[in-house]
Amino acid sequence: MCESLPFLPKVETGIKVQKGKNQLIANPKRFVKKLEAISDDEAQEVLEEKSYVAVLGVCGEESMTNGSSVGGGEVYTFQTPKRSNKMAELASELAQTPGQSAVPDPSKCPEKTAKTPQSSKRSSSSQVQQKTKKNEFVSTTPYRLRKRLAAPDAQLESESEYSASCSEEEEGEEAQKEVSTVLSHQKTPAKTKAVSTPPSRKTLTKKKDNMNDLVEEYFEAHSSSKVLTSDRTLQKLRRKRLNQQTLHDLLQKSPLAYAAEIKELNQQYESLFSKWMLQLHLGFNIVLYGLGSKHDLLEKFRTSMLQDCVHLVVNGYFPSITVKSVLNSITEEVLDHIGTFRSPLDQLEFIMKRFKEDSSLELYVLIHNLDSQMLRGERSQQILAQLSSLPSIYLIASIDHINAPLMWDQAKQSLYNWLWYETTTFSPYVEETSYENSLLVQQSGSLALSSLTHVLRSLTPNARGIFRLLAQYQLENKDNASYPGLSFQDFYQQCREAFLVNSDLTLRAQLTEFRDHKLIRTKRGADGVEYLLIPVDDSTLSDFLEKEDEDI
Amino acid sequence: MSTRSLSKGCFVFKPSPKKRKVSRTTAYYFREGSSDLEDSELRFATCQSLQKQVKSETEQIEEELNEQLFDNLVSFLRRSHSAFQEKKTEWTCRTKSREIPTAALVLGVNVTDHDFTFRSLSEVLQNNVTPYIALLEAKDCPGIKNLMQKLLGQLMNCCIDVDSSEEEDYEHVSRSRVRCSMTTLINWYESATKRTDSETPGKKRTSSRHWQSPPVVVIFKDMESFTTKVLQDFVVISSQHIGEFPLVLIFGIATSPMIIHSLLPHSVSSLLCIELFQSLSCKDHLSTIIDKILLTTQFPLKLSEKVLQVLINIFLYHDFSVQNFIKGFQLCIVEHFHSNPLSVLCCQLEEAKRRVNSLSHNQCENVRRLPSFRRYVESQVSEKQIALLTVDSSLKEAVQKLLEDLNVYHENYFPILRCLHVFTSSLPKYPLGKQIRELHCACLENRVWETEEYESSLQLARMLNKSDLVTMLQKCVEILVSSPGREFDEIVEKLKEFLTQFQKLEEAYQERDESISPQKELQKKTNLYHLQKTLLELKESRRSKKLTKFEMLRFEVVDYIDSLVRHYLVPADHKTLHEIVYFNTASVLREHLNAAPRIALHTALNNPYSYLKAFSTVVTAAEGPTADAASSDQVDDVIHARFIRAVSELELLGFIKPSKQKTDHVARLTWGGC
Repeated sequence: MCESLPFLPKVETGIKVQKGKNQLIANPKRFVKKLEAISDDEAQEVLEEKSYVAVLGVCGEESMTNGSSVGGGEVYTFQTPKRSNKMAELASELAQTPGQSAVPDPSKCPEKTAKTPQSSKRSSSSQVQQKTKKNEFVSTTPYRLRKRLAAPDAQLESESEYSASCSEEEEGEEAQKEVSTVLSHQKTPAKTKAVSTPPSRKTLTKKKDNMNDLVEEYFEAHSSSKVLTSDRTLQKLRRKRLNQQTLHDLLQKSPLAYAAEIKELNQQYESLFSKWMLQLHLGFNIVLYGLGSKHDLLEKFRTSMLQDCVHLVVNGYFPSITVKSVLNSITEEVLDHIGTFRSPLDQLEFIMKRFKEDSSLELYVLIHNLDSQMLRGERSQQILAQLSSLPSIYLIASIDHINAPLMWDQAKQSLYNWLWYETTTFSPYVEETSYENSLLVQQSGSLALSSLTHVLRSLTPNARGIFRLLAQYQLENKDNASYPGLSFQDFYQQCREAFLVNSDLTLRAQLTEFRDHKLIRTKRGADGVEYLLIPVDDSTLSDFLEKEDEDI
Repeated sequence: MSTRSLSKGCFVFKPSPKKRKVSRTTAYYFREGSSDLEDSELRFATCQSLQKQVKSETEQIEEELNEQLFDNLVSFLRRSHSAFQEKKTEWTCRTKSREIPTAALVLGVNVTDHDFTFRSLSEVLQNNVTPYIALLEAKDCPGIKNLMQKLLGQLMNCCIDVDSSEEEDYEHVSRSRVRCSMTTLINWYESATKRTDSETPGKKRTSSRHWQSPPVVVIFKDMESFTTKVLQDFVVISSQHIGEFPLVLIFGIATSPMIIHSLLPHSVSSLLCIELFQSLSCKDHLSTIIDKILLTTQFPLKLSEKVLQVLINIFLYHDFSVQNFIKGFQLCIVEHFHSNPLSVLCCQLEEAKRRVNSLSHNQCENVRRLPSFRRYVESQVSEKQIALLTVDSSLKEAVQKLLEDLNVYHENYFPILRCLHVFTSSLPKYPLGKQIRELHCACLENRVWETEEYESSLQLARMLNKSDLVTMLQKCVEILVSSPGREFDEIVEKLKEFLTQFQKLEEAYQERDESISPQKELQKKTNLYHLQKTLLELKESRRSKKLTKFEMLRFEVVDYIDSLVRHYLVPADHKTLHEIVYFNTASVLREHLNAAPRIALHTALNNPYSYLKAFSTVVTAAEGPTADAASSDQVDDVIHARFIRAVSELELLGFIKPSKQKTDHVARLTWGGC
């Protein structure tokens, strides 16, 4: 399934090259010496990798200026090139051993063959191709594979495991590839290692001016037009997309690895609960970070410590959560206030006033994924930070995104008054990814579909007809990338022709209803004309129409 | 009730009111989470009182530090105000001059501390100058309309505070309904001042602390973050009305005063009559805090070298925020009392002695387990050892004595440290650091007299000229006299004796008036290198040549200081029972205050565990097809599902994102991504 999960390799390689080069420029003497001394491709590569790692190591040490073991120098130097290469090989070997094709080794290590163009096994045609490719300069592993795939090369036919995916022969094949992509996700560092192109190029143009090379390569790497990615999409797979429910069921079946160890780890964290409570009471707020879902941990904290207190749980990962809904639940449910506010800021002011006036009010706020898409905005964070700075509001939150701390500037950070706790749980993000916002599940759109049908069912036949008209029109135009939507006038015309409405007003009334249910969206074009759109993806829409047809 | 829902993201849980009453106190959690149950209540109480003490102390220090600045500001307001009063009478001036008096308050980059400054500033102004103060923040004022709304809202509210409540309804209506414009503001100001003027004398008393027709002070807390347009508009509009009511602006500036000119074009900035005020730099602020809080015997809790280093590093490398530094210190207090059962003894000496008497057996065992106490026991004679290790009462006696020693040690340590600092801070190149905190850290770390830096600073001190030396000695005498230490009388005597000797020397010198001594030559050289060179030469010649009287005296002084250092500046961890009063788990502090989530993620992903997991996937895949042959739909589904989960998780963690350029493609974001 995953022969077509291509990473966009462009930028990454660019940076990679720069890094290597910078290093080389930094000590040109050493570099020249090395070049002379070592003719062998691979040995040199190893050397370069070493120096790369060394650079990383230096960076790490610099970052440790505060002089303690938590600095992280050793963390970033983890990629010893030897080991990662081995792992990649091992992985591919493992994945291939049971495979039906028993092709000899060299073609099995695609990275290697690709990197050494002088390899005697290459046919001349492939060499030519290699050269032309160089101008395009794109070189992450998956890309290279695809590249070779695309080439009508006689030799490539022997590499069954890759050509196979074109014809999509067998299930097993798919599974394998899926796995290897999982791997390539997980050991990204290893891949960046294996990628590096400069060595092969360098040996060819050994004596050439380095600077020139660098400049050229830079522009090559950044010329976006030349970047080729696979045109394969998930749609081409025979395997159907799973919907959320089946996905969930399937995952339930697969046992969690290392359950015992994870449990032990969690118990360690659970012993911290009362300390957290203490620190919350002392005016700090607590943020949990680290790999693995912290949902269960926080839930446990809630059930064991907060049973007797007023508390608010916010699922930050909920796709349509907003700060407003958080504030609303505080004003409406905690403070029992009836009434509306002009703006979130007003509401916040009200809450702050109430909490300051009444010292007996206490509120614990648990936020799962404070760094979620919906909450990470500047304004939302500002409001939450101000909320958390109230002495009688105790906030405990979790973050997962690797760049989450960038959300907070000094001012917000001091409002939050965080105490950081590392809680690496290693448990899968079941809840957090369960809403249909995933890359691979999203498109199934069953939720959107069901809501569509539900709403539509409650409408009059005329209204349904109006909606159908719009949907059909949208589907007809699905190949048009710049399709702005159906303009109101045209739509009105069509509806009249179909005897669905008799006046401009009725149509408008109907549309208002659609809009209220979020079935359609209107936007004004550059010419001031109102365009109507159904904010649902095409496959869902066609599913919907099919279903509608069945019903009728 | 579950927190999983497809339609909701927020869940409020309210326990029944009956249950709510038994909500637990902070002390309860302190006890629950504490590593040892001994004396937890007492510990908690001590902790709380200490925290309170520190808080009030720091606040007081800050107030004192800001006093000068505020005085300047108030006098500025007075000046501009009197100018306004004059103008009021002179019609010509009133029409001509459009300049708004403006104070540019340069506060430095420690933005988080500004809040406190502004709060106390507005308090001061409120008490002494004017009730009409508006504090504006950029985040509340995206447009001129919001700014005016906020401004009027604050001004009219504070008016209500001053006046009686009968006007409240009227004010309320006006705020929400009336268009927020300058005219409204002026009308309001006129009516407000008229009202106070025409009020009964009894009422006037309350407002008498304010000036007549008090100025309206508008404070822009973070001037840099305001949009240029809003600022410009506001300045231009209000300059049109400056003749009608006394407006004064205060700009809070974090960077440099130049920012005013880069934010506002000349035509606008020419409408302002700017005066610059500089607040104390945050580094000086920190030094004062450290000086007053950490380098005294006033607070029983002390910080070890590592902890102090962490806190200072966070300050210097991350935020320059004194508030955060204090927060870190507060955390130290909590952590210390929370994790260390013996911290119950970390209080004033008298109290501590009393508490020693009531120590339980378990606590005595805790004392015996302290490494420093063990060292102490080992140094005793054998009978004493047995007594200390087996009999609680003799242990308590010893502990009392040791605590007293520790107290005396601290009483002596800090004044001597200051004396040493007087010497080292005037040496060229500051081998032991410019700030006293650096010296303090060096002394805590290990025996300072064994370090190279100390050696070189002594060398340099031996080359000081007479006048410097005398002033230093005088300073030292001052420090020692003002400190409470008991053993200093002798030292003071000695130092005074040195001073008189210098005095005598001078007299004798004048009489003799001999040839130029080598040290005079020395003074001409300012370069350290030359200094050292001549020093070496001197050393050579010294053997042959007889030293002058002054030189001998100088050597004596330096040696005496050296002996003081050796005697009093022993590192704290050489002292018995130092664990009780020193907080030294720097790692905890670091972990909680200066965490590195990225590293945690990296480490977790580096962990062989995840690789194993990945490998196991490979293995399952490898086994899959062979086991179930071609029609293994089930296995495939599971793996498919796991793959989907892996991708979703990567997305959640921010490693990949869907690329907009193409369907079903993802772009990598970390480890060399875009």
